[in-house]
Amino acid sequence: MRTIFGDELIKTYFKWRSYIAFIAIAIIVPLVMVAMRMQGDVMVKSITRGLSQDFFLVGNILNGYFVTYFIMNALWIHIPFLLTLGAGDQLAGEAAAGTFRIILTRPVSRTRILATKYCTTLFYTSTVVVFLVALSVVVGLLLFGTGALLVPGKTLTIIPANDVPVRILFACLLAVWGMWVVASLAFFLSSLVDNPLGPIIGTMAVIIIFYVIGAIPADLFREFKPYLFTTYLDIWQKALEQPIPWNEVLRSGAILGGYSIGFYLVSWYIFGRKDILS
Amino acid sequence: MVSEPVLQTKHLGKKFGKRWAVHDLNLVVRRGEVFGFLGPNGAGKSTTIRMILSLIQPSTGSVELFGRPLVRHRSEVLKRVGGLVEKADFYLYLSARRNLEIVGRLLGRTSAEEICRVLEIVSLTDRADDRVKTYSHGMKQRLGIAQALLGSPELVVLDEPTSGLDPQGIKEVRELVGRLSRDQGMTIFLSSHLLHEIEQTATSMAIINRGRLVVQGSVRDLLSDRDVKVRIEADPAERAREVVAGLPFAADVLMEGKFIEAKLPPDRIPEVNHLLVQLGIEVRALVPKRSLEEYFLAITEGISEVTPDDKIGEGGKA
Repeated sequence: MRTIFGDELIKTYFKWRSYIAFIAIAIIVPLVMVAMRMQGDVMVKSITRGLSQDFFLVGNILNGYFVTYFIMNALWIHIPFLLTLGAGDQLAGEAAAGTFRIILTRPVSRTRILATKYCTTLFYTSTVVVFLVALSVVVGLLLFGTGALLVPGKTLTIIPANDVPVRILFACLLAVWGMWVVASLAFFLSSLVDNPLGPIIGTMAVIIIFYVIGAIPADLFREFKPYLFTTYLDIWQKALEQPIPWNEVLRSGAILGGYSIGFYLVSWYIFGRKDILS
Repeated sequence: MVSEPVLQTKHLGKKFGKRWAVHDLNLVVRRGEVFGFLGPNGAGKSTTIRMILSLIQPSTGSVELFGRPLVRHRSEVLKRVGGLVEKADFYLYLSARRNLEIVGRLLGRTSAEEICRVLEIVSLTDRADDRVKTYSHGMKQRLGIAQALLGSPELVVLDEPTSGLDPQGIKEVRELVGRLSRDQGMTIFLSSHLLHEIEQTATSMAIINRGRLVVQGSVRDLLSDRDVKVRIEADPAERAREVVAGLPFAADVLMEGKFIEAKLPPDRIPEVNHLLVQLGIEVRALVPKRSLEEYFLAITEGISEVTPDDKIGEGGKA
């Protein structure tokens, strides 16, 4: 038996706009992979240059896990933009299409409709992130094979090949958790207006501003930084540290969760009182 | 016999900024009626309907459906109401059947047979599995009526259901409204900016202008019979005026330029004509003009500061 949630999934996944994110990922991932297949050795050398003077590295460094890490790291800033296309459309899209008039005149409360739509937004966001990671892993393993994961950073972390799948799964879950904040922001902005373009551009603008504030090393901005959700969007990288810094994971995760809940509550407050004039 | 009210608005008002879109509106719609809600464009009809269907929160007053306040019993009462607000919009990339399933699920008890039934009523069975994107305006409008009929509601609210339809479509909608009322005993609330449309379909009516109720009553009382103002074009005019003025049932006989105007009972108009002709007066035209119609034409033509004729109020001003 289908439910209201099932109907929301149909509304979302039967719309071709929802697939822009998937199509973009399906183009980018293989493209980067092929480029790395051709020139990856040079890149690995530059990462491990300092090390190979002191250590003797054996094994396949440029493996499927490494390219997955590389792609997640490279696309991190851009995935939010793809997500807003789906999330920003959830409420404003219905307002623009006039379809609120056929669903909000029905005996189901707005609170329930909103909750269902929010779940749909989170579900959609999750599928996009999982698609990115899964496609990277699958294509990566096919092209480069397996091996231990070498994570460059302040210190070089090496995760044994057997542990990597669990770590990547955990990184994927944390990535989903972080992207839910972006989706919640787009969802909140979507509750304000009757045109999906506003929330899409608005979300991008907020993220860009937050990233810029977070990146500029001025004292004034440094004080803001702990309050910006963008500071914590790299939470997934903590799953690939050795050992996993559980305290930081919990703290960042709680802050991100707080943002998501906050955005949802504000959209609930607005949507419950909104006059539907479209 | 007076049936119980299924819809009542009590001092209903909505303010947008400083402007009252609807002000102190008191409507009573009784079971079994086809209720015509008439007003020029921008009079506040849609705002009222949106308040009735919980899309807009009233600034003042309340809506009661089946004797219960909408705010407190929303789910319960809206189960018994079907509505089409303004033009029919759907998920264009989904089929008509899928759209009806989505609406039906929100009603909580809609079977596949029920969806087939409403599609049958509006003759869309053949196209049920096509995307709504491929539908013409008239088909969308029919689908809009179909979704309002899901779950056999006791009250159906239709906002300008014939707007944008061709004459054939208008006729079909009109006949459908009649059938729903007669055969299924549904109460129909119908808005329109066309007097003749209300006259042809409705049993009761209310006129709204600039957000305020002008008059409310039965169509029969408001739109026909008693004392129609008749314009008489006759030659010689002065002689005709004297004759008409001498009739015991004529009132307010006066000259308006070259024409005579008089209030006459409509069933005696032929008699007047006959009499004038017998007296050798050439009668070119006898044009009955009902006061309500005149008033309504005046407000729809945008003549702003008209106040309704006192006579109109007799129909049962609320």
